[in-house]
This record gives sequence, structure tokens and C-alpha cells, in this order.
Amino acid sequence: MKIRSNVEKRRLQGIAIITALSSLSFLYFGILKPGKEATTFGFVLNDEWVIIKDWVISSQTGARIFSITSLLASAIAVLALKKGRSISVPVAVASFGILMSFLTWIASGKFIPFTGLLQGGLLLSIPLIFGAMSGLVCERSGVINIAIEGQLLASAFVSAVVASLTDLAWWGLLAAPFAGAAISYLLATFAIKFSVDQVILGFVINVLVIGLTDYLYKKLLIPQQNTWNSPPLLEVVPIPILSKIPVVGPILFTHTIVVYLMVAIVSMVTFGLHKTKWGLRTRAVGEHPTAADTVGIDVNKLRFRNVIFSGMIAGVGGAFYTVGSVGAFGKEMTAGAGFIALAALIFGKWSPIGALFAALLFGFATNLQSTLSIIGVAIPSEFMLMVPYIATIIAVTGLVGRVRAPAADGIPYIRGGAH
Amino acid sequence: MSLELRGITKTFGSFTANDSINLKVETGQIHAILGENGAGKSTLMNIVYGLLKADSGEILIDGKSVDISGPSDALSVGIGMVHQHFMLVPVFSVAENIMLGHEKFNKFRVLDLDEARKAIRAISEDFGLQVDPDAIVETLPVGIQQKVEIIKALIHEAKVLILDEPTAVLTPQETDELLNTMRDLKNKGTSIIFITHKLREVRAVADQITIIRRGKVVASVAPEASEGELASMMVGRAVDLAPEKYAHEMGSAILEVKNLTVRDALGTAVVKSVNFHVNAGEVLAVAGVQGNGQSELARALINLEEHIEGSVLLDGREIRGSSIKDSLHAGIAFIPESRELDGVIGSFSIAENLILDLHDRAPYSKGINISAKVMQEEADKRVAEFDIRAQSIMDSVSTLSGGNKQKVVIARELSRPIKVLVASQPTRGLDVGSIEFVHERILSERDAGRGVVLFSTELDEVIALADRIAVMYRGEILDIVDSKVTREELGLLMAGISSSKASA
Repeated sequence: MKIRSNVEKRRLQGIAIITALSSLSFLYFGILKPGKEATTFGFVLNDEWVIIKDWVISSQTGARIFSITSLLASAIAVLALKKGRSISVPVAVASFGILMSFLTWIASGKFIPFTGLLQGGLLLSIPLIFGAMSGLVCERSGVINIAIEGQLLASAFVSAVVASLTDLAWWGLLAAPFAGAAISYLLATFAIKFSVDQVILGFVINVLVIGLTDYLYKKLLIPQQNTWNSPPLLEVVPIPILSKIPVVGPILFTHTIVVYLMVAIVSMVTFGLHKTKWGLRTRAVGEHPTAADTVGIDVNKLRFRNVIFSGMIAGVGGAFYTVGSVGAFGKEMTAGAGFIALAALIFGKWSPIGALFAALLFGFATNLQSTLSIIGVAIPSEFMLMVPYIATIIAVTGLVGRVRAPAADGIPYIRGGAH
Repeated sequence: MSLELRGITKTFGSFTANDSINLKVETGQIHAILGENGAGKSTLMNIVYGLLKADSGEILIDGKSVDISGPSDALSVGIGMVHQHFMLVPVFSVAENIMLGHEKFNKFRVLDLDEARKAIRAISEDFGLQVDPDAIVETLPVGIQQKVEIIKALIHEAKVLILDEPTAVLTPQETDELLNTMRDLKNKGTSIIFITHKLREVRAVADQITIIRRGKVVASVAPEASEGELASMMVGRAVDLAPEKYAHEMGSAILEVKNLTVRDALGTAVVKSVNFHVNAGEVLAVAGVQGNGQSELARALINLEEHIEGSVLLDGREIRGSSIKDSLHAGIAFIPESRELDGVIGSFSIAENLILDLHDRAPYSKGINISAKVMQEEADKRVAEFDIRAQSIMDSVSTLSGGNKQKVVIARELSRPIKVLVASQPTRGLDVGSIEFVHERILSERDAGRGVVLFSTELDEVIALADRIAVMYRGEILDIVDSKVTREELGLLMAGISSSKASA
């Protein structure tokens, strides 16, 4: 009896699912229930060099073309699997085809601002990415971080207040990491020094931050809004030349400093985790703290520092809510983003790049929902908001590969304690 | 480099783990520390390595007193340690593990793994310890992982190497290899402290043997001492090393296992289509290196595993797929591998633990009540019969020693009418006295005509008790052999080389 390895089995399942979805989209969007009118895609957002004309295509033809593309990509994936090559590129193309097929179908007779859809998706995912990196730095060193929500909310609040008082958005951005670090200090002290259960602790911290910001918001920020809650916004800094590239320019290179910082942080964490002493030690204390201790690494000190660092990362993400996009602080304005960031971390298998893409996916799903409701094809928003959680459940059931948390995640380290 | 300990004392609450211990390890000497589980060997070594702080006493290196308050101090004075539970990060490569804590960089402050690879190769050649620097540790066999640990110590220029129970996880061949490595290291001037409770190994390799009992040094002898002498010093009284096993008539097959496959939660088969039978009045030992599917097979026999395929016939009746309770009452007694986790409920009293299996039926329960009186009378009887040493039967089980906890488990399991006893690592972590007791009970069940399946990783135990020996390797039963097999043959089987292949 031939026993297939789990990896092989999983890849087969993945290809089966993507092929089924492609066929389904071809049948449903292209033949059974085709859109009757033409769909228009818009690609222009600012003043790019080349102004790409709107693309008008019959909904039915478009849906068919994209579905066939994805069927072809699925076939290539099968070939790649047989030859033992990586299947990620064809699977990505197939998924994109299905998505586009769906878009051309649903927006029949309507206009889809394609560039805006992607740019908005990126912006919505920014706090998620910072939150996920915060969680990652904590959890890879062995401390569970449920308090991302609290870190984001507290730093959003502080950056709004500081920017309002100084009337400078930069000060708001600079103050935010300290707010995040302060929340982290609570987490680190109780989790590491007093070995409190980290999941409960995280929840308590979230509730504390929500209560505290709600109170101050009501007593201070609403009555004296001009003094306390009218922060200036950070400027958009288009990157010369690059920002003028059609489609790509507005999506990637026309942003505030916060978005560029996100790129820097993700690169830093990725590189740091695998190529530096800090990363090697961080991973070691997250996987086998006793082993790290026996070669002379101070486990709890490193964990403490990483938790503080994680708060600073989340702090920048919090600042994005206020000085980075909306301006004024609003009651509970993070609205569960900390938990979606946690979901992205798990969906991305605790790897920075994985978490980045997961967060982008979740941000895009949210923006797709709002774009569709703006152009007048309403999918119940609740469904779209479920996407991150459903994706996470799929992730932990093992469909996207074995999800393995750092082995010592959430376990306080006490020298000479039980193995 | 020589290492001397003077008057090391360490107490945990009212318990004295080390009582003014004096010890001297000379340069280039293999010094064995022999003692039972719980005698205080590991505590002592953790003090030397800086993981624990002694209450009093001093540590001298080459005659000079040193202060060791953490592993980094120990490493810097040249003490290295190979722990019983390996201190390797399973998901790291060998090179990453070896570099950890002593990272080398290139000029851009980026980790220089090449440097580590080179150093590993150099040590590998010097000491004949072949490992691939880029292999991921969790994919390596334990024997190789142990070599990685030794390289780790040597790369930090350890002059005194502490080996804590290094042979517990090895096959006999791997053990021999390790003993050779130890001799090599000694010839190159490394001093070795060898901690163990296995007499044969000590006599094979040690230059000097220090025996520790209940936290005190009781003797320091030359390796010429006989195994019997060493054992009685270790335990504090004369011990019978080999239990007596009388030949007797066996009955017919009482337990038949056919094509039994057990899968883990991910669907991987951990026991692969296993076949065997046990006769009434026979001990079938299942030997093998830890982690080759024995635990899962043992648990599957009473339906404790989730995904079981195949057939388990108890006295001709299929019991696979019945509930655990039904399996127990059909006539299987089960001694689980971990008494603390699966054998007893620590916070329950001794009396309660003794009737966990029978509490729901007469005479213990009447309607919805449990009769405290019957429970206590029965408990008194069994405490006497199985020699459970406790202040009171109402004490919680967690206050008992390991040996007495195991006696509670055995007393409970053997008090039902049974046909087959399944014992999984029944003597693991027990003192010699308790081991003797467990062995006697297992043989008396055999003599009373019951079938016994004994899962054990201790070769001595397997050879002493078994009538036939099944060897497991990677989830399969490689062969079932007669108990007159030699240790070498068993060792080869445990390493996955079946006799047909070996002779070919």
C-alpha cells in the first residue's frame, strides 16, 4: 500500500479545490447565470504617466475568459505537482482568475475602480500587518500576545492626543510606539515575572484599554475636541518616479510614511529572524527555552525585550488609525483589528511573509465588500467580515499545511522547572 | 582539568537532595556517579552546571575555588553538560544549535553559519563524531542528536564533560558506540562525569565509581567491584538482580492481535498492521527503542487510541471498538506508561484511586451513593496485600513516592477478575526495591495463568521476564524471538535490522 505523505495529500486537495472552483465559476458566471451587460474596469487614480483607458468587457465573455485562465492554471499546477515543482504560482494565478471572473460577473453594467480597490485593500491591511508583526515578535519568543487589540487602540488614542496637543502629526507618530510599549510592559511584567496565564491576561489588558480610552474619550476628547482630538494628518509622500507608474504607482508608492515603515518593519523582522543573533536567540527561547538557558542566554530578559519591542511595532500601526488616515480618535475605533491581526499571524503560520500576505488578503476582502456595496451590488457585509475567521479556521485544521506554533508559546520559563 | 566538589548541600524545603557531598574528578578520568532515581545525582550535576544554586559547599577547578551561578559561568570555566533531555532546538539545524549562545558574525553583523559548519566538521574529524551540519535536529535519530550535544560541549572547549543518563534513550549498539566515544575523549584529556544507574555500563567504562544514596556519598570504589556489590551499595541492602522465573506449562492463546493499525491525529500510521498472540501463562515482552509505536500499541489494546483498525481478540471475543470501560471489564488490566498522568488521580485519596474502575457498581455503590465504609475496608485490605506505604488511606496519592503510586495502580488493576495484563513501562523511574516488587507481581500473574504483555525499553527487564520477545521498529513488529536471544541480536533488531536481513 502506497502511503502518500501529508504534504502531497494537502497539495492534491488544494488543486482539487481550485479546479472545482474554476469549473464552478466557468459554469455559473459564464454559462448558467451570465451577466447581461458590460463591465467597466477603471485603472486611473492620480496623475500617472500613462492614463490607461477604462476597460469595457461583456460580463459573460470576461467571466469566461478569466475562468478559462484559471482552469488552465489549475492544469499547469497538476503538471507541476507531478514533476515535483512548486505549485504556488499556478495556484495564485488560478485564484486570481476566479476572483476576476467573479468581479466581472457581479459588476455587470457597473464600474469597478480596480486600482482604488487594491489601494484601499492595502490601506485597510496596514494596521493588521503591524498587529501581526507585533504578535509575531512576541510569540516567536514564547509569549502569547492576545493584547494586540489593546496595543493598537492605546497607541491610536495617544497619537491622536499628542498630535492634537502639539498640532504636529509627527509627534503623534513618535508618541504611539511608547503607548504600545507601555501596554506591552503590563503584558511582559505579568506574563514573564508573575507567570500569569497569557490568554486571560491579554483579554484583561484589552478590556482595560477599551474601558480607559472610552472613559477619556467621553470626558475629555468629546467636550474639548479642538484641544484634544483634532490631530493633523501625516502627509502623503509619493515616491518620485515610481509613484507615476500606472496602476502600481498609486497602489504601492503614493502613501504616508506609515505604509513605508510597514515595508521596513516586515523586511527587518524577516531578515532579523533568520539572519541575526537576535533572531536565532528569539526563535530558540520560543522553541526550547531550557536549551537557550543552558548555553547562557537569559531567556526571560530576551522575552521581556521582545514583548516591549512588539508593543512599539503595534504602536506604529495604532498611529495609522489616527494621524495616518482618519485623523480624529473614535470610540473603539480598532474594532477587533487586533484579533484579525492574530488570525493573520496564525494563517500565515507565524512567518512574517505569510502573515503579511494573510493580512493583505483580509484587508482586501474587507475593501471588496465596501467597494461592492458602494457600486450597488450588496453582498451582506457580515459574510465578508467573516472571511478572516473562516480562513483562520481552515488554516488551523491543516488545509494550508501544518500550522505549528512555537513550541514554548505561552509557557512561562522558570529555571529548573518541570520539563 | 580536575574538578572537586566540597561539602555540597542542597535542600528543597524539608527534603535534603544533597547532603555535604565530596567528590573529586581527576584530569582525563571517567568518573561514574551511580545511584537510584531520586538519589540526588541530577540535582548535584545541575549545581555543578549552574542551573541550581547550592545552599553551601564549594566547587574547585584545578584546586581553585570558582563561583558558578549560571550555565554561562560553567561554560566559561570549561564545564560542559549533555542533559538527559537533550538541550537542542528541534526545528533548528545542527549548525544553528551549535552556534546558539556563541554566535559568530561576518562583517555585516549577519550570522556566519559557514564558520559553524567548519568548526563542526573539525570536531567531527577529531573525535570521530559524524554529523551533517545542515540536518534539522528533529529529523535525526536520538543517537545522532546525542552526538550533536557532545559536539556542542566540545566546541565550547569543555574540559570536564557531564553526561546525565546518556544511555537511557540509546539502542545497545548506540550505547557501545557512546562508550567508545567516551574512551576516545578520555584519551584526549577530557574528564568525564558519567551519571547512570546501569551497572554494566559503569563497569565497562569507569575509572572510579562514586555511589550516592539518598543525597549522600556512600562509597567510592574501583570498577572491579561486582554488579551485586554495586547494586547493594546503591540500594542499601542485598538485592536480587534477576527475578526467578520457573518453567511451567502454557495455555492456549488468550489474546490475539490481528492486522492492528493505529493512526495519529494527522492520519499517519504509527502502528502498522501488527500481528501477535499471547498465551495464557506467558509473558510477551514488546521491546524497542522508545518512540517506535509501543506506547500507541499498548493504548490501542484497551481502545485508548482514537483511530484503530484491525482486530483484538480477548479469549476469542472481539474487543476492538468497545468502550474503554468494557475493555477493562472484559478482563484486561492496564498499567499505563505515565502513572502521574494516566495511572492515578493525584488529588484523590488512595482509597478513591483504588476503586476508580469499580466505583459504579456493587459493593461500592448503592444507588447514587458510594459506600465510604466498603471503600475503606477494601482499601485497607489492598494496602496490606500490595505493601503500599502510606500514613493513611485517606491521604492524597500525590503525597506518595513513585514506587508507591505504581503499587496503587497495580493493586487496582489486579483486583478485577482479569485474563490479560498489559503493562507499559511498569518500572520506569522506580527504585530498585519497587522494581523487584513489580517484577514479582508480573511473574505471579504469569504463573497464575494470565497472559502478560510487557512493554519495556529496558533490555535487562525484557530478558529477565519474557517468555517471548517482540521487537518493534517504526511501528512494525520486526520479529518475535525466543527469550534466549542474545543482547546483540536484540540490539540489531531494535536498530531495525531483522535477523533474516542480518544473516543474509
